[in-house]
Amino acid sequence: MSKTTDWDLYEVFVRSKRGLSHKHVGSVHAADGRMAIENARDLYTRRSEGESVWVIPAKQIIASDPAEGDALFGPASEKVYRHPTFYDIPDEVGKM
Amino acid sequence: MAAVYQSEASPLYQYVLGLGDDALVLGQRWCEWLSKGPNLELDIASSNLALDLLGQAELLLGYAAEVEGKGRTADDLAYLRDAHDFRNHWLVEQPNDNWGVSIARMLMFSLYQYHRLEALTKSRDTFLSEFASKALKEVTYHRRFSAEWTIRLGQGTEESSRRVQKGFNDLWRFVPELFETIESEHALAEEGVAVASVDLRGSWEADLDQVLEQAGLVKPEGTGRLMGSRHNGHHSEHLGMLLCELQYLQRAYPSSAGANW
Repeated sequence: MSKTTDWDLYEVFVRSKRGLSHKHVGSVHAADGRMAIENARDLYTRRSEGESVWVIPAKQIIASDPAEGDALFGPASEKVYRHPTFYDIPDEVGKM
Repeated sequence: MAAVYQSEASPLYQYVLGLGDDALVLGQRWCEWLSKGPNLELDIASSNLALDLLGQAELLLGYAAEVEGKGRTADDLAYLRDAHDFRNHWLVEQPNDNWGVSIARMLMFSLYQYHRLEALTKSRDTFLSEFASKALKEVTYHRRFSAEWTIRLGQGTEESSRRVQKGFNDLWRFVPELFETIESEHALAEEGVAVASVDLRGSWEADLDQVLEQAGLVKPEGTGRLMGSRHNGHHSEHLGMLLCELQYLQRAYPSSAGANW
């Protein structure tokens, strides 16, 4: 298990079936994109988990800063009125 | 020469046994990479290749046993035959040595297997045609995987290129055997059951040339001649060692003596 340090990390997204969206399932190391696809196929679809795979270089992902978590996401927690829970749903509508 | 290959076993049994033993032995070679792969990802990739091949071996040996009609099973054939009863090609029993050698071997064999299976999808033997359709999907991936790696190693560093080139050079002498076609195989091919291996060489060479060119590698020259034939149970010394590992459990704790797992 040597020399993986010079391989890039790729994030893997798998779509389980047509119509659904790709979901993040994990990551793989690879020297290039095609190898990342093959590694992802071998690691994450061996039990028929999917029919389409995306890989994205981890360093290309722009992530929010955890230190700014309160500023970014805190305010939403006090705004319960944004959830559509204040309506009476007629019985005929059934389960939503 | 043809008189050398005399066997009383049915031609179909011998042919299917050859297909099954190729898959079994190469599958075992890929098993050997477990926990020793270049990295974690390739460790899993190796085990996937191994499982594909072992799955093929199970089906083929099961069918061979059925054709033989002596009440043996796929397990009997895999675990209770000695090296001289194996009918695999010498190429698949050669040691892994390093990743470059394993990849060179896998590319040469997968291209061969691909063309063989593609032809077998049209076999008049129902089992063989159904088997070929199923296995062709797996082998199409094996071909892609080994071609990608050949190119990557060939175009990689000086060392990676040297190693994969050495793999092709060292294994080249086992290539002619892949296309050697004995009389009984010709006969099966004429019946529309099997494919005569000699007919596969042209497309095999064309595919290999293409990958080697992309990889910047040189196709080895010359033809080798082996000191014996798989049809007579002759093998290189490596098969015995491989079978020691493969058959250890069954030999040490025979199910015929009550062991159960």
